[in-house]
Amino acid sequence: MWELRHRGGGGPGPGGEAAAPPREGEAAGGDHETESTSDKETDIDDRYGDLDSRTDSDIPEIPPSLDRTPEILKKALSGLSSRWKNWWIRGILTLTMISLFFLIIYMGSFMLMLLVLSIQVKCFHEIITIGYRVYHSYDLPWFRTLSWYFLLCVNYFFYGETVADYFATFVQREEQLQFLIRYHRFISFALYLAGFCMFVLSLVKKHYRLQFYMFAWTHVTLLITVTQSHLVIQNLFEGMIWFLVPISSVICNDIAAYIFGFFFGRTPLIKLSPKKTWEGFIGGFFSTVIFGFIAAYLLSKYQYFVCPVEYRSDVNSFVTECEPSELFQLQSYSLPPFLKAVLRRESVSMYPFQIHSIALSTFASLIGPFGGFFASGFKRAFKIKDFANTIPGHGGIMDRFDCQYLMATFVHVYITSFIRGPNPSKVLQQLLVLQPEQQLNIYKTLKTHLIEKGILQPTLKTDGCCGQLVSSSKA
Amino acid sequence: MTKEGCLSRGLRSGLCHRLPHSLLWSSTLHSRACFLHIFRPGPIKRAAHKESESEAKADGETASDSESRVEAATLPPSADDTPEVLNRALSNLSSRWKNWWVRGILTLAMIAFFFIIIYLGPMVLMMIVMCVQIKCFHEIITIGYNVYHSYDLPWFRTLSWYFLLCVNYFFYGETVTDYFFTLVQREEPLRILSKYHRFISFTLYLTGFCMFVLSLVKKHYRLQFYMFGWTHVTLLIVVTQSHLVIHNLFEGMIWFIVPISCVICNDIMAYMFGFFFGRTPLIKLSPKKTWEGFIGGFFATVVFGLLLSYVMSGYRCFVCPVEYNNDTNSFTVDCEPSGLFRLQEYNIPGVIQSIIGWKTVRMYPFQIHSIALSTFASLIGPFGGFFASGFKRAFKIKDFANTIPGHGGIMDRFDCQYLMATFVNVYIASFIRGPNPSKLVQQFLTLRPDQQLHIFNTLKSHLTDKGMLTAATEDK
Repeated sequence: MWELRHRGGGGPGPGGEAAAPPREGEAAGGDHETESTSDKETDIDDRYGDLDSRTDSDIPEIPPSLDRTPEILKKALSGLSSRWKNWWIRGILTLTMISLFFLIIYMGSFMLMLLVLSIQVKCFHEIITIGYRVYHSYDLPWFRTLSWYFLLCVNYFFYGETVADYFATFVQREEQLQFLIRYHRFISFALYLAGFCMFVLSLVKKHYRLQFYMFAWTHVTLLITVTQSHLVIQNLFEGMIWFLVPISSVICNDIAAYIFGFFFGRTPLIKLSPKKTWEGFIGGFFSTVIFGFIAAYLLSKYQYFVCPVEYRSDVNSFVTECEPSELFQLQSYSLPPFLKAVLRRESVSMYPFQIHSIALSTFASLIGPFGGFFASGFKRAFKIKDFANTIPGHGGIMDRFDCQYLMATFVHVYITSFIRGPNPSKVLQQLLVLQPEQQLNIYKTLKTHLIEKGILQPTLKTDGCCGQLVSSSKA
Repeated sequence: MTKEGCLSRGLRSGLCHRLPHSLLWSSTLHSRACFLHIFRPGPIKRAAHKESESEAKADGETASDSESRVEAATLPPSADDTPEVLNRALSNLSSRWKNWWVRGILTLAMIAFFFIIIYLGPMVLMMIVMCVQIKCFHEIITIGYNVYHSYDLPWFRTLSWYFLLCVNYFFYGETVTDYFFTLVQREEPLRILSKYHRFISFTLYLTGFCMFVLSLVKKHYRLQFYMFGWTHVTLLIVVTQSHLVIHNLFEGMIWFIVPISCVICNDIMAYMFGFFFGRTPLIKLSPKKTWEGFIGGFFATVVFGLLLSYVMSGYRCFVCPVEYNNDTNSFTVDCEPSGLFRLQEYNIPGVIQSIIGWKTVRMYPFQIHSIALSTFASLIGPFGGFFASGFKRAFKIKDFANTIPGHGGIMDRFDCQYLMATFVNVYIASFIRGPNPSKLVQQFLTLRPDQQLHIFNTLKSHLTDKGMLTAATEDK
């Protein structure tokens, strides 16, 4: 299914673009003939200046994308009316995507990481392509190369910061990797600077404004897509449940709000998206909370979902095996009186994580849609129906993931604030980088602390190896 | 010169008339800059401004719905406001020399101001950095407004300043909490604020985001998205880097002063070399720059950096990290200078030995680092300047603003500094100091017991491997 991706963004572009410029050029050129100063080079930039300053209604529309439904589906559904046909296509594609999702979960966290990376690259490509179309900037020298180069740099930086922590033991063995990790920031900065200098050197006289626009567009896109995809990966490493429950909540909210709106929808919610209704919004909220609650209950039982992802150097692969933390151990909660009367039970045993899942679902239903409104506003501003045409019936990848981004950041902030403290692998990594004298000092401090707390028994006169430990630890 | 005088003059300059909305009247830097508004730029500059005004007008009039705002929308011609005194004193010189003198006097005034601020200490420096940051943000956002004629967009100015506040809050919370750790732990409200800091910042930012989405108005979607993008890129450039400057400052004032002085020196030296020897143009973007200026500036800056670091490394107040003393409730710069700042003997390589006739030389190791800093300042720093020049040409403005007569806006002075600040920060983090040990211990103490044990054992095996830990040392 992924092979549909590659031509999705680029296809409609050149076709649509050819129609647009002559109309704009005429309108702008006419005004300019009388006013232009001696330097003609300002003309092209001014035309694009007009592009900025006109209101939305003056801007010509980017024509709709091609119909990419596969022939098979078309033949199968040819008998139905077009409304139901659309509904069926959407439905089938939804089920396909969900089963693909399950398949990848089954394959493990490494595949999930690759999936997140591919989605990020595709989203970046989609948004950049829209920028090209808006600014008709296909012919700008170097620009596509530079955009992809910046994507590469920022990804390198983030992967170095996050992934290296998890692979600390693996990295310690290889000399070259150690060098790369130690000077990682410097290397990333040097790479970025090279791109920056290339940009400055590539500024062409007639196209300054366009080039700055595309530079800014690239950076904002990087900020949105790349940083947040890395937050998703960090959540994933915390435990697959922190990845699955938020994403499913957002998807469930989408579907439930749609269904509630379909059956009960009456009051419009916001002018930006006329199809959304208050009934759908509220109905979606309640169903998502319940769904999140149930999904959290189901998933909390399995170590596979609940344990932080670790890289075992002996096995050379990712393992998810651990003693589940208290969040994922059943506890008895006494019910408040009114619920007692309703359910006729004294207490209920739940996972503490389910309470967190209520917070996550609430965010997914109340604030997540704002990400969707932002994307709708963006599409209206640039007069496009969908970000791209990758998935028939649904639009581009970005269309599916617009609500997810805010969610990923929220989950990450939630985890760092309420669930866990600093990342242990990162602490270890930083410890190993210190000077030996500092390490020795810290070792002594830690030892005193651990002995005080009773975690570590003071060593007797042994062969100087390991002290007796109270609790078991992994080697 | 009174405030009212400045305002009345300022009404002719589009930027000044928006000042009542700005937060800047209280900042010392701005008041001083306003005081300096009474300087008049020379006639050449005035002609240049008129030309840019007519160009900008041509641009503005083609906008469909903003004819009424053309005067305000065109990028403001600078008012001629050199003080009368100076005008009379220089009246008999030709206009080219008058311009040169105005620039020269302003340069000296700014440098003197810089020295005064250094004397006043790190706290005042921090405030100055923050004021400069706010002013730069204001200048760039104003350009955005001018480009997009978006004065009347609902909420937009409020939202831009709100985002600036959020991002500053986030960064100050992250950095300041580390330095004020003990103070924060004592006060209960501060402790809660610092524990949930990320969550609070995120919530504040989200509120701004939702307000933006709710403020989208039907006919102006594109404009609003542009301004949103513009605000965020400006925040990325201006705010993150001003915080890196503050990080550098806390590392030791020398890490703040030497880079900034190198960039300023490179500017001045390249100008002088170009003035006297300049022949081959360097880059189309800035036709006044020449290769002779570039190379001459490079060598002059390296030499200047070496001399300056030699002079400054002798003093504790520049070399020590800034710390907050809980007892005296103030910043102190008192410490045992680290190995970087102690004189050492270096053998001169054979080549130079024959020239200078010395066997060894006593230098501070920091001077070697200063060579790296100066090299960056002269070779890569100018790219920041070219970027800003390209930006100004793209948006057809002569200067970012008109705050400093003869020099343009604050952003004009600081465009090369930004890359420098990031470089110094990355340099320090990579080559000079590692992570902060006390911070690591604090982080360790918040981990779970099994994680603590795991880390402890790994550290132990690592130290044993390195031979630093033996049975004898362990039993102590």
